Amino acid sequence: MLGLARQKKLTAGPSRLVPVGLAGAAVFLLVGSLVSDIFAQQTVAGLAQGAIFGSLALALVLIYRATEVINFAQGEMAMATTYVCYQLLHWGVSYWLAFFLTLAFGFVFGLVTYGVFIRPVQHRSVIAIVIVTLGLFILIDGVVAWIWGADIKFMESPFGNKVYRSGGVAVSAQDIGVFAVSIISMVALWALFQFTKVGLAMRAAALRPAAASLVGVRVNRMLAIGWGLAAMLGAVAGLMAEPTQFVLQPTLMQPILLLAFAAAVLGGLESPIGAVIGGLLIGVFLNLVGQYVGFATSELRLPIAFAVLLLVLLVRPTGLFGRKQVRRV
Amino acid sequence: MSKGFLVRVGITGVAVLVIVLLGVTMSSYHLGLGARVGIYFTAILGLNILLGYTGQISIGHGAFMAIGGYTTAILSHYHHWNLFATLPAALLICFVFGVIVGLPALRFHGVYLALATFALAVSVPQLPLKWSKWTGGSNGIRTATTPSNSWVYWTSWACAGIAFVTAWLLLRGRIGRAFRAIRDSEVAAVSSGVSLPIYKTFAFGVSAAYAGVAGSLYVLVTNGYSQPGLFGLVLSLQLLIGAAVAGLGSLWGTAVGALFIGLLPEISAGTPIIGNDHGQDVVFGLIVILVMILVPNGFAGLLRGLDSRVKSAIKSDPTTS
Repeated sequence: MLGLARQKKLTAGPSRLVPVGLAGAAVFLLVGSLVSDIFAQQTVAGLAQGAIFGSLALALVLIYRATEVINFAQGEMAMATTYVCYQLLHWGVSYWLAFFLTLAFGFVFGLVTYGVFIRPVQHRSVIAIVIVTLGLFILIDGVVAWIWGADIKFMESPFGNKVYRSGGVAVSAQDIGVFAVSIISMVALWALFQFTKVGLAMRAAALRPAAASLVGVRVNRMLAIGWGLAAMLGAVAGLMAEPTQFVLQPTLMQPILLLAFAAAVLGGLESPIGAVIGGLLIGVFLNLVGQYVGFATSELRLPIAFAVLLLVLLVRPTGLFGRKQVRRV
Repeated sequence: MSKGFLVRVGITGVAVLVIVLLGVTMSSYHLGLGARVGIYFTAILGLNILLGYTGQISIGHGAFMAIGGYTTAILSHYHHWNLFATLPAALLICFVFGVIVGLPALRFHGVYLALATFALAVSVPQLPLKWSKWTGGSNGIRTATTPSNSWVYWTSWACAGIAFVTAWLLLRGRIGRAFRAIRDSEVAAVSSGVSLPIYKTFAFGVSAAYAGVAGSLYVLVTNGYSQPGLFGLVLSLQLLIGAAVAGLGSLWGTAVGALFIGLLPEISAGTPIIGNDHGQDVVFGLIVILVMILVPNGFAGLLRGLDSRVKSAIKSDPTTS
């Protein structure tokens, strides 16, 4: 019963320790990068991977905020859209045209998924919703393997394999590209939410559905658009994950989904900025731990992410940026 | 003895008879298939105790099955234990693991528990890869002796029978009431003197123990090989889907859930169009989504609805005529 008593205490916003801690982490990374070339390289690679985790985590958070659904199929949706891009490239479409066509497909995919599969169960128990998204997980997996086969596919990398050197630090063009595309997509989405009328309506629909519908916002339509945008962001994550893994297969996003969950929980599950920062932190953390802790070999990446998730949930369930909520027990 | 009770005893008797008859007559291949159904039955039963009766979701039961399976394989491979003797060992170890997982789970609710157990399901199969010296890495580790399919069939169904009776005894009395009270309202349960920590961790332990035994048998039915790939995320999802199809909070529906996940791959493989390796996933996914949308209480709910409709029709008949 200790937990209950603690849950009831309300605090407004994230504590002041969080910005201080994040600034400390940034300084640590900067100093480390200046001192050691390997450290710098691992940090940059970690940021690139973290940006992918962050994009997928942000997609999860957007959906969770809007519809209180944790979409376990988010990674598989991203994987499926990546296959669409693969198909377009296969037909001879140029990469960046295929990229934007894929994003459009992702948007429609998210819209339809919400309308067909999620709407009917949205107001049911958490268990029902979770099971439906897990059903989607298996369904999408099956459909993709059905159409394209489960064998490994190759896609050309949009960023080439150039490596930039400055001093002893080698940074691949791919890492820079992945990082830039992910961050630009997230900023664009943020701008859409912040500065457009549709964005305003979507925020209203997510935060106060009843009040929003009273002032003329079509809540269901807005939630569907939210799902579409999240799937679009997921598509970016999938497309950026593919070159970092070198191959395309139906299991592409499964490990990344777990890392994105860890990132979202670390950020507070309801905080978009938290998801992004959580993703970057986890990306860098995993790379540095992999480099400097001999015990933490690549097999342990997922168990470490699990440990992070568990630790955050136990020590600080609201994550870095989440707000405490009164729970109905 | 109420009429409903007698009907249930009758159904159980028929089920036992069918299982015995099938066991005597089926070919070795089909015995293996039948054994799988029995194994899923035990595992889903365990999951249902947790999910259907105490309302705690677990996407991580494949992880407990992995622990049970590796217990059997390691005890047999390195210590030459009798395969029978490894089952109680798996049960005990998984009970302890279940309680350990259940302790932090006390503080997680709803989606957070789903997230944590999902992470468990994904990360546990990674561990044998790390300590491949003892576990054989991705190739897996094999039991010293390989049992025949008929051995596994009879053992699986004997275990399933014991599991069923134990679950029934456990859930019909005080403990079952406490579980359901927790599921329906934790506040009300606490105010009625139900200790949340004790009952919730106990439910996790029992549930994991069931999965552990199922995991041991699961290794034995795949020629005694315990491999990480055997216990991947998909297994955890299948169990959850089986429980959903069976109907949460129903012991009797479990058989349907087990038949569903045990036989669907087999049936869909023999069906045109969907008859390839991946068609079954499509069918799996579609059916579970449809079940959740159209028959939220699964097969058991469907039966219950039918039952009450028939009863009300019989009752209302004389008054309307």
